[in-house]
Order: sequence, then C-alpha cells, then structure tokens
Amino acid sequence: MYAAIVFLPLIAAIVAGLFGRFLGDRGSQIVTCGAVITSALLSIVAFFKVVIGHQPTTVMLFDWIVAGDLQIAWALRIDQLTSVMLIVVNVVSAVVHVYSVGYMAEDPHKPRFMAYLSLFTFAMLMLVTADNFVQMYFGWEGVGLASYLLIGFWYERPSANAAAIKAFVVNRVGDFGFALGIFGVYLAFGSVDFATVFKASPDMAGKTFHFLSWDVDIMNTLCLLLFLGAMGKSAQVPLHTWLPDAMEGPTPVSALIHAATMVTAGVFMVARCSPMFEMAPFALNVVAAVGAFTAFFAATIGLVQNDIKRVIAYSTCSQLGYMFFAAGVSAYPVAIFHLFTHAFFKALLFLGAGSVIHAMHHEQDMRHMGGLWSKIRQTYVLMWIGSLALAGVPFFAGYYSKDAILESAFAANSGVGDFAFAMGLAAAVLTAFYSWRLIFMTFHGHPHDHHHFEAAHESPPVMLIPLYVLAAGAVLAGIVFAGMMTGHHWQEFWGSSIYVAENHKVMATFHDVPLWVKLAPVAAGVLGIAVAYWMYIRDRRVPAGLAARNEPLYRFLLNKWYFDELYDWALVRPAMRLGRLLWKGGDGRVIDGLGPDGVSATVIRVTRRVVLLQTGYVYHYAFAMLIGVAAFVTWYFAVGH
Amino acid sequence: MIADIALALPEIFLAVAAMVLLVFGVYAGEKSTRFVATAAIVALAAAIVLVLGRQAATGFGGMFVVDAFGSFAKILILVGTGLAIAMSLGYLRDQGIERFEFPVLLMLSTIGMMIMVSAGDLIALYLGLELQSLAIYVCAAFKRDSTRSTEAGLKYFVLGALSSGMLLYGASLVYGFAGTTSFAGLAQVLQGGGTPIGVLVGLVFIAAGIAFKCSAAPFHMWTPDVYEGAPTPVTSFMAAAPKVAAIALFMRVFLVPFGGMVEEWRQIIVVIAVLSMVLGAFAAIGQSNIKRLMAYSSIGHVGYALIGLAAANQEGVRGVLIYLAIYLAMNVGTFGVILCMRRATGYSEEISDLAGLARTRPGLAAAMAVFMFSLAGVPPLAGFFGKFYVFMAAVNAGLYVLAVIGVVTSVVGAYYYLRIVKLMYFDAPAEPFAANTDRGVGVVTVAAGLFTLFFFVYPAPIVAGAQIAARALLP
Repeated sequence: MYAAIVFLPLIAAIVAGLFGRFLGDRGSQIVTCGAVITSALLSIVAFFKVVIGHQPTTVMLFDWIVAGDLQIAWALRIDQLTSVMLIVVNVVSAVVHVYSVGYMAEDPHKPRFMAYLSLFTFAMLMLVTADNFVQMYFGWEGVGLASYLLIGFWYERPSANAAAIKAFVVNRVGDFGFALGIFGVYLAFGSVDFATVFKASPDMAGKTFHFLSWDVDIMNTLCLLLFLGAMGKSAQVPLHTWLPDAMEGPTPVSALIHAATMVTAGVFMVARCSPMFEMAPFALNVVAAVGAFTAFFAATIGLVQNDIKRVIAYSTCSQLGYMFFAAGVSAYPVAIFHLFTHAFFKALLFLGAGSVIHAMHHEQDMRHMGGLWSKIRQTYVLMWIGSLALAGVPFFAGYYSKDAILESAFAANSGVGDFAFAMGLAAAVLTAFYSWRLIFMTFHGHPHDHHHFEAAHESPPVMLIPLYVLAAGAVLAGIVFAGMMTGHHWQEFWGSSIYVAENHKVMATFHDVPLWVKLAPVAAGVLGIAVAYWMYIRDRRVPAGLAARNEPLYRFLLNKWYFDELYDWALVRPAMRLGRLLWKGGDGRVIDGLGPDGVSATVIRVTRRVVLLQTGYVYHYAFAMLIGVAAFVTWYFAVGH
Repeated sequence: MIADIALALPEIFLAVAAMVLLVFGVYAGEKSTRFVATAAIVALAAAIVLVLGRQAATGFGGMFVVDAFGSFAKILILVGTGLAIAMSLGYLRDQGIERFEFPVLLMLSTIGMMIMVSAGDLIALYLGLELQSLAIYVCAAFKRDSTRSTEAGLKYFVLGALSSGMLLYGASLVYGFAGTTSFAGLAQVLQGGGTPIGVLVGLVFIAAGIAFKCSAAPFHMWTPDVYEGAPTPVTSFMAAAPKVAAIALFMRVFLVPFGGMVEEWRQIIVVIAVLSMVLGAFAAIGQSNIKRLMAYSSIGHVGYALIGLAAANQEGVRGVLIYLAIYLAMNVGTFGVILCMRRATGYSEEISDLAGLARTRPGLAAAMAVFMFSLAGVPPLAGFFGKFYVFMAAVNAGLYVLAVIGVVTSVVGAYYYLRIVKLMYFDAPAEPFAANTDRGVGVVTVAAGLFTLFFFVYPAPIVAGAQIAARALLP
C-alpha cells in the first residue's frame, strides 16, 4: 500500500508524459487525477494505521548504492511525521489535479501539464518518505526539477523562463549547502541512514571537526548546512527571491508547489532532523532568527504589492517564517501543525485567486479589479474563509496553529524567542492587513476595468468543488487536530518521529502563557482587518496619501527591500563581468588564441615556410641531402658516440 | 650452384620472363602492350607462388638471403607492381604512351627490389638498388615529349646518382673499417661494441642512400617534383612497391649487420622519422596538386614506418611490415581514384577539381573518403591499425616522445586528408569527371577500398604473416 501511495503518481506521470498524445487530453487527466486521488485516499488509510493505530513502519524496496561503507537503500519510512505529510501532499495534490482540469481547459498542452504535476507529486512523496539523506536529496532535487518545469510551463514567455531559471539557480545555492550537509553527515557518522544518524546524534553533541585550522562544532555545522538547503527550498531570507517570481507558473502550480507542499519541504526536513537540531543549539537559534525575520520581512512587502498572486506569495514566505521560528524554539509539532493547516488555507487562497484570475481572463493586477463580489459570489465567500484562516481569526484553522506558534515563541523565554514573538506579532497585524487589502481591492469598490468586469463569470464546478474541499480543511483542520498534534499528549501523536531534548520544555509550557499573549494574535488580526477596512473602504485616499508622504519607505517596500537589485549588483553583474572576461579574454583570446586558432595559424605559417624550401632546383635538393649527411656525421663526432 | 639458383628462382624467373616479353614486344610492335602487360601480371603472380615455395636459406656465398622477412616484403612488392601495371594501361593509352616497355621496365625494377630485400651483402644491396632505380628513372621520364616528365626523370636520376654515390662511399668506409661487406660478417665484427667511428660515418652515408630511396627527410626533396612530373601510373608505382622495398632494406641493413649498434643509429633514425613526419604533415597542407600532396603524404608515412624501425625489436618490425601492407593498399587505392580524375579535356591533378564529387560521382567520392580517412588513421579503417602497431611498438620500446610526435603529426596530417573529404562532400560541385572506362583501375580501386574498409574484420593473415617475418629477421 505504501509503495502504491508513492509510485502511483510516478506511473501516471510516465503514462501521461510519454503517451499523452495517444491518450488525449481527457485520457491524461483521468489517469493522473485517478492515480493521485487513489494515493490521497490511501494516505488517509495510512494516517489511521500509523498515527491512530501506532504502527510506524519502514518498507524496504531494494538496495540502491552499495560501495564499501556507503550503503544506501530505497526504502519508505512511514512514521507519524511522514503520514501527516502524505495527507498534506496527496490531498492538496489531488485537489489541484482536479482543479487544473478546469483551469487549464484552454491550454493546448494539458497532458504535459498533468504529467508534470504528477511527477512533482511523486518527487515530493519520495522526499517525505525517504529513510536516508540521499533518498531525500533525490526527492529534493526531483521537486526542484518539477518546480522548474512547471514555473517555465508557458515557455513561450521570456519572463516565465527567467523565473524558472531563477528558481533553479537560487535553489542550487541552498542545495549545495544541503549536499555539503549530507557529505558532512556521512563523514561524521559513517552513514546517511536516518535511523543510524539520529541514534548516534546525542553522542556527537559538542564534538568538533578539524577543518583547516579551525575546530568547528560538528552538530552545529551540519545543521546549519542542512538548514541552508531548507532556506533555499522554503524561500527564507536571503534565498527567498525566487518564490515571488515563481508566480509566473500557472496558478494551480503556485497552489500546489509554491504554497502547500514543496516550499514546506524545508520545514519538514528540519522536523525530520529534529534529533540532530536538538543537539545544535546555535543552529536552532539561527533557524528561529531567520524564520522570525522572514515572517516580518515578507509581510511588509506583501503590504504594497499589486499582483494578486504576489501578495499571496509573500504571505507564503512569511508563513514559512512562522514555521521555522516555531521549529527554532524546539516546537516542531507546532511547526508541522502550522504547515498542515497552512497547506489547506493557502492552497485555498491560491486556487481562489486562480478562480478570480480565471474570471478576469488572466488579469492579475488588483488595481484593475474591484467590485467582483457580486459576479463571483462563491469565490468571494471562499476567499473570505481562506483569509480568515490566514489572519488567525478564532476557530478557523490558522487561529490554532498561529496562536500556538506565537505562544511557543513567547514560552521559549529566550532572547531569540522574544525576538520571534515580536516579529511574529507584528507580522500578524500585517498579514491581516494585506489579506483584507486583497479582498477589498478585488471584490469591493468600483470595477476599474468595465470590459473585464462585464465578462467576469463564476468558475465551473470542476474548479469550485476542489475549493470547497480545501475550505473544509481551512475551517476544520485546526479545531480537529490542534489537541492531537500540539496538545499535552503530543508525544502520543508523533511517537518517536519528532524528538525534543529533555531540557527544551516549550512543548509543555506554551499552553500556560499569560492571557494577553493568548489574546494578542487575535487582537493583531482584528487590528489589521480594521485598518484595511478604514483605508480601502472608508477612506480610499489614505493609501495614496500615505505612499506619497512616505515615498522612500513605500519605494523600499514596493521594490522588495531592493533584494533583487542587491543581488544583481553584488552577484549577477560581477558574475557576468567575470564570465565576459573569461569568455572574451580567457577563452577567446588565450585559449582560442593559443589553442585552436593559434595552432592553426602556426600550422599555416610553418607550412608556408616548408613549402618555400621546395625550390625546384636540383642543386638545392642535393645541397639539402649533403647538409643532412654532414649534420648527422657532425652529430656523431660531437657526441663521440 | 643449383641450390643457389633454386633459391633465387623467383627473381630468375621474373628476369627471364621480362626479357622474353621484351623480345616479344619488339617483334609484335606497339599493339602488343596490352598482352605484354597481362603477361607481366601473370608472371608477377607466378613469382608470388614461387616466393611462397622458397625455404629459408642463404646462397651465393652469403650474398643472397631467403627468409620469411624477405618473402613477406617480396610478396608486397610483387602485389604492388602487379596492381600498378593493372592500373596503368588506360592512362598510358589516353596519353599516347602505351608502349610495351612499360610493364617490362616495372618488372625489371621489381627484380631489383627483390634483390634488395634479399641482400646479404653490401654489394648485393647496391646491385639491387641500382637495378630498381635505373628502371624507375626511365619510367619517370616515360612521357618523353612532356617537359615535366623528362624533368622529373632527370632530377630523379641526378639526385639518385648522388645518393647512390653516398651509399657506395658509406659501404666502402664500412668495408675499410670492418674488413667485410657481408652482413653476417659485419654483424660478427660489430657485435662487441666499441664501434670504430669510421663504421659509424659509413653507416650515416648508407642511411642517407636508403633514406633517399624511401624519400625520408631530409633526403626527400626529389619526391614532390618527381611525383608531380612523372606520369600518374609511374607515380602510383613509385609510391608503393619501391617504398616497401626501401624500408624493408632499411630494416634488414640496420637490424642485421648493424644490429649491435642500435643505440648509435637509433639517434639518426629518430631524427629522420621526426623530420619526415613533421614535414609530411605540414608541407602537405600547402599543396594544391593532388600528386604533390600524395608525395608529402608518403614522406609522412615513411616517417611513421621508421618509428617501428627505431623501436628495433620484433614488435617494431612486425608493426612496420603491417604498416607497409596497409600503406600499399591505401596508396594504390588513392592513386586509382586519382587516375579516375579525367575529363574530356584530359587528366586533372588539382585538388579543387574534387569539389562536390559526392554529388557527381558518389561511388568514387566514397572510395576516396575511405582512403583519406584511412590515411589519416581514423579507426576502424586499416590505416589506424598500421599506426597503432608501430606506435605501440615505440611505446613498448620506451620511445614515448617519438610516439607522441607521431600522434601529433597525425592530427595535423588529418587536416589535409579530411579537407579533401570536406571538399568532396560539402562544396559546390566542380565540372564532373568523365565516366571511368578502364576496368583495371576500377577493379584495383574497389579491391583496395574493400581491403582498407574491412581489414579490421579479419586482420589475422597479415598480422600473423608479419609476426613470422619479424621473427625471421630478429630471432
């Protein structure tokens, strides 16, 4: 069964990818949707078996690499953490598959799209079921590949290609760190097996590597390297720049890959490696600090973006920051819980946005929208649900998880914990603000583009039904699972899949924080909504006025803190200059000059001289012969044989 | 005495046949050329049978040696001459020089070559060499009313006389210092080392003489001019059989009587080999006449063959013999193609006339491409194996530098071979050639092409034969 969960999407991807032409659009859609829905149903069965039935297991497939000490197997590690991820991945993926049938109805390359989606699902499943680092890396790179293919799905658009390449390249930076981390793990532990490594982790705490002339702490180094990989995949500052650009891909892709699943792989990896991170206090602090900063940073940018998908993309970035700082204060179950709820409401928001875009004929700029609520009522309601969940309004899914995160940050009772709490709280205000800014700009006010407005229409059922499924998750995921996943008996739920060191007591204490801490997130949410209401409904001149008064700040936020410009200046341009130098100077002048071109020029020069020797005069020829003989004889006399 | 005659039966048979055909031709007149040529080919074939029937022995007081090495070389020589005669008739007819003396002269030259490779004495060596050369001098000037042909003949004769003089002078020096001209005797005298400098100087002169015959640098200067000026069938003959004979002679002289002085003579052989390879590779690039190009090509190939001699071991000898067999086939085939470069206005020798040949004469272009790739040493064609065996011998003998230079010059050389292929396949067609009407050329070219193309399928007979021959020379 477990193998079926993982490999059904692969089979579907192969079938739709290679034989899509024969199957036709409908055939490909049936094959891929069928496979992923089956996988999703089986995941639910697996969830009951593993979590409720307490039967975590490992399925050995076969040996992969056997080279001396290095032994790597293909194996599926199905524990509680994995089965939660299986639900997230497969349910969202199934929903997105079905939604795509409607969303991509006018696209001429449907089989290819469906095949990529299924391929992505397979790679993501490989990632979450990996039982060793190398297999995880396989899945990690697999999702990267699928992400690249899907961002660049509309390959006729230069911007889509650029975004795909950017995503790939930025991820390489992180992946390089991850790879180094794996090498380091093998160096330190002599194995890349999760079970072996995690078991040996406590003994490794505090030991050091000798590297060049430094002694560096093994666990901190390894965890920081692994976290570098997580930063790339999960778009944490400063490796976040690819995520907003990735919105060039079709909206279902944004929902599946760039909101619900792939970008959360980093969080999953940190949770998976909790036995290692628990031994690396410094690395944990870095995780918390980076996460907290990203949560705030991305939210500020989200305030001023005008592209509906970019707003949600920055929101994703920000929410991932929440998850990381939860993990950073050792509240891994809380982080995964937020991952779980976030997957539902963020996918809902994306697909809802997709529904809006669909209705507006692929218009994404919110300034051209407005007043849409009467045209697309169902989407409007669903977007409200998603936003309520995102803003952490009580009894929606986000309320439970976000509250828990902020409370754990506070309960950590450390410098970095307080920093995270402050950042998280500020970000909560901003989150509520930009969510309602989105809703007000899109659905309320006067239509800005009458042509599109008149043509706007509600999406077909094949797109709306998936939204209802997600909406159910966005409403219920919190209230149902909060107690199980993050309650006092969290260990019963997670079993041994998540490890928290004895001296890290956040999971026990975050329930007992002062009342104001418990209320603060809700208050923040309400405040954000109120401000948005005031600025975008009551007095519409305020935003423009604010922007005009605080021109530099506005520009700073609009240009995303100038990160892209900074990278362009600090990395891209020098690299291009260096490349040009090596190309024109190094390759062109030196290598080609001395190599191919130079050699051929020399050959021609030599040839000309040699040909000149051939004068046609007999006495010259005779002379040459005599010179030859004389030279040889002289040689023997000179060296004295 | 009878035993001696039996030993030299192939040579004696050929000599008698040549003279009979000469007399016949005188009486039958010019019309008999085709018959004389056919008879000559039959005689050469019969000579091959006789060569195969000889047992290894020494005769004529040590002057004449029959062994597997000699027999291998003789068979190559006989085959080369036979193919050259078979290819020549059409050209001779077209040029109005279809005379019965031509096959007879080639036969006489062949007898000289056979004596060369069987020589057991410096005197016999000289006799064979001169007999071989005199016939070729005449052949080079065979088209008497052409200034180019007569110039070629005269140049070859003058320079050939100079080289013969050097060889003789060297032989006399060796005799003066060693007291014998017999190879066996020399081998004995020079065994212990401490070679007198006079012998060494004599050896240099002998080397110069033989190097001239196989057109190795720096004694190659005659080659391009003579190759270009001589009638094409003569060139195709000169580029094949005499090269085989000269290099075989080189090996016999240097490895048998002077075998004890390997360290000394290797130095000049290496220099000669390197100069030949480099010159052959570079100078050929500048040529626009295909026969001149083939002249430099043969200089380069002699250089490669001499690598095997420099290795001075059984493996090297084997490599050279394989190389010569393959070289013979490639060269005859290439000249077969050149002989097909005929238009209504006459024969063409310009490389540029080959442009677009693939479109006008695809079969001919394919054959030429096979020969060019093979000459360049591209696997799996025969030329690659020729180079492979000598380079391997050089590497095993520790002559790494020589092998590396060989490979580098092969790369440079590949340029001009492949340029012809490019010209034939990618350039706009030049005026097409007339259809080939001569069956001899067609058959020989196709046979050479098939040999070159499929040598790698069944190389065993030649490799095994060369192995036996090498063992006979260097036990």
